Amino acid sequence: MAPVQIRSTVLTLRRVDAYHALTLVAPAIAAKFRPGQFVTVAVGGPETSMLGRRAFAVHDVRPDHGGTVEFIFEASGPGTRWLASLRARDSLDLVGPLGRPFPLPKDPSSCLLLGVGYGSAPLFALAARLAERGCSIDYLLGGQSADRVFGALSARRNGRSAAVATSDGSFGARGAVTALLEQIIREARTDVIYASAPVPVLRAVTATANRYAIPVQASVDVPMACGTGVCMGCVLPVTGNDGITRIVRSCVDGPVFRGDLVRWDDMGTIPFDALGAPGWNPASPGGRPPGNPPILGGNLPPQTPAAPLGHAG
Amino acid sequence: MPVDMRARIGQVELPNLVLTAAGCAGAGRELAQFTDVARVGAIISKSIMAEPRTGNPAPRLAETPSGMLNSVGTQGPGIDAFLQRDLPWLLSRGARVVVSIAGQTIREYAELAARLSDTAGVTAIEVNLSCPNAEDAGRLFALDPQRAGSVIAAVRGSARYDIPVFAKLAPDVTDIVAVASACVAAGAEGLSLINTLLGMAIDPATMRPALAGTYGGLSGPAIRPVAVRCIWQAREAFPGVPIIGMGGVRTGRDALELLLAGASTIAVGTELMHDPSACSRVLRELEEELVAIGVDRAADVVGQAHGRFARGLARRT
Repeated sequence: MAPVQIRSTVLTLRRVDAYHALTLVAPAIAAKFRPGQFVTVAVGGPETSMLGRRAFAVHDVRPDHGGTVEFIFEASGPGTRWLASLRARDSLDLVGPLGRPFPLPKDPSSCLLLGVGYGSAPLFALAARLAERGCSIDYLLGGQSADRVFGALSARRNGRSAAVATSDGSFGARGAVTALLEQIIREARTDVIYASAPVPVLRAVTATANRYAIPVQASVDVPMACGTGVCMGCVLPVTGNDGITRIVRSCVDGPVFRGDLVRWDDMGTIPFDALGAPGWNPASPGGRPPGNPPILGGNLPPQTPAAPLGHAG
Repeated sequence: MPVDMRARIGQVELPNLVLTAAGCAGAGRELAQFTDVARVGAIISKSIMAEPRTGNPAPRLAETPSGMLNSVGTQGPGIDAFLQRDLPWLLSRGARVVVSIAGQTIREYAELAARLSDTAGVTAIEVNLSCPNAEDAGRLFALDPQRAGSVIAAVRGSARYDIPVFAKLAPDVTDIVAVASACVAAGAEGLSLINTLLGMAIDPATMRPALAGTYGGLSGPAIRPVAVRCIWQAREAFPGVPIIGMGGVRTGRDALELLLAGASTIAVGTELMHDPSACSRVLRELEEELVAIGVDRAADVVGQAHGRFARGLARRT
């Protein structure tokens, strides 16, 4: 399953409402891809001043032209604007497939697929795999406005049900997807939630799912600069099965995490009970500094950022 | 005829002179998906500290024009996990490993050097001096010739005699030659030039610093002229001291520039985030550059920007 780095040719670039869909010829990546994985691209051409790669969840792979890979993006910065200016037959430095895919249930299950904005892109390839396993699929999609809800048509066509919520009410219910979540969980008797959305939504979805004792597989969107694990930029606090919190890289340990293991309230901090945190004590149970009370799932106040150490980092 | 790209660090012969810079190759495994680590000149490890460290909170990286700011904060597994897991893996794949060490006290540096000396397969120790000195109000060791020299003396004193010690210096100093001089006097066999420059970016959208750690180390092509200057100055002052040159190397031509300034090996850093197979590409491009100027041994161009012979070479092209 090792990723590959290739020169890939642009097959098509098309507008999808507020977003762009870029389809690339990439047989070696298409062959290895599993839903939930992502690709990275170098942007700006050979003399670019933009050193970070841009990471995108794969929307779909297709067998035509030997194998194509498509991802969805919004032209929101200089790198993505450059991508939006590509034309068919241009070539691109592409790496993938990267990251851990969505795990699939062993038995036929009732699956709720929740996506916000173009975050919903990776859910449709997942839905195809789930359907092969006899799972039923309900969709809950959201976005700022109607043109920022990705894949609603496909959801309506392929899902047992498809609910939509937009902030401005221009499509579906007015408000956040989380307002519709409980009703869908009850009606669909949801067994598992697959979610790909901004962090505050993932946090709320996980909290709701915990009340119903439903597992959440959350695809976390944190900025990445390399996608391969060398830059240590895309980190978040995640509790392991051993109960110890570690600062892990989304690109190699994710981007899909079990929602209940992510310390959502401690995103952007170093929780003091994380392995290797200042004051961390390997001798005390769970690595907690002695004398401190046990920590119950992320009720910590935000920590003040540690002083920068070793700017060589 | 192929160009002889070999180089030496201490007693160890490297198949070529292109290395990975500290903190830019992960534990080696990440890069091995794209590059055979045995064919990289040497892997310089992430800076290893005595204990596991979480590093700083996110956001840790900010892209700047032709540069990258980072405040990762030396996240790492600690020396025990490095010796049990990362180093044996690299050696099993046939890589040569230069181990970068970082400490908060002089004693921590010395203990790390001692631990590495009990282990086979360490090509050299690179001492990351850009670390806050816990005994000096968090001032970086690298900013003060005397403190930098003290660290090097302690490392040299506890490292096995046959493991060369390279001092990695920060460019944010008034006189890098003074720091280099203190390190060489304290027993450093070589210099690694340069570490990142301290920088900062502010996000206008949030009106806050872009990095959780406020400041970050600037790397990438933006700092290459600073690297060339520092390598040049060190070579002028200590023509016999080998230099691992790093700082914004992106192409073979960039690597050649650092060699001409006086580096005898070069390390690719930030470019590995942009192109995970950069080491093999830079090596190939450098070989092409050397062929173009009619050189058949890479070692022959080292420091050539300094003397009359440089002009002689230029005439031949």
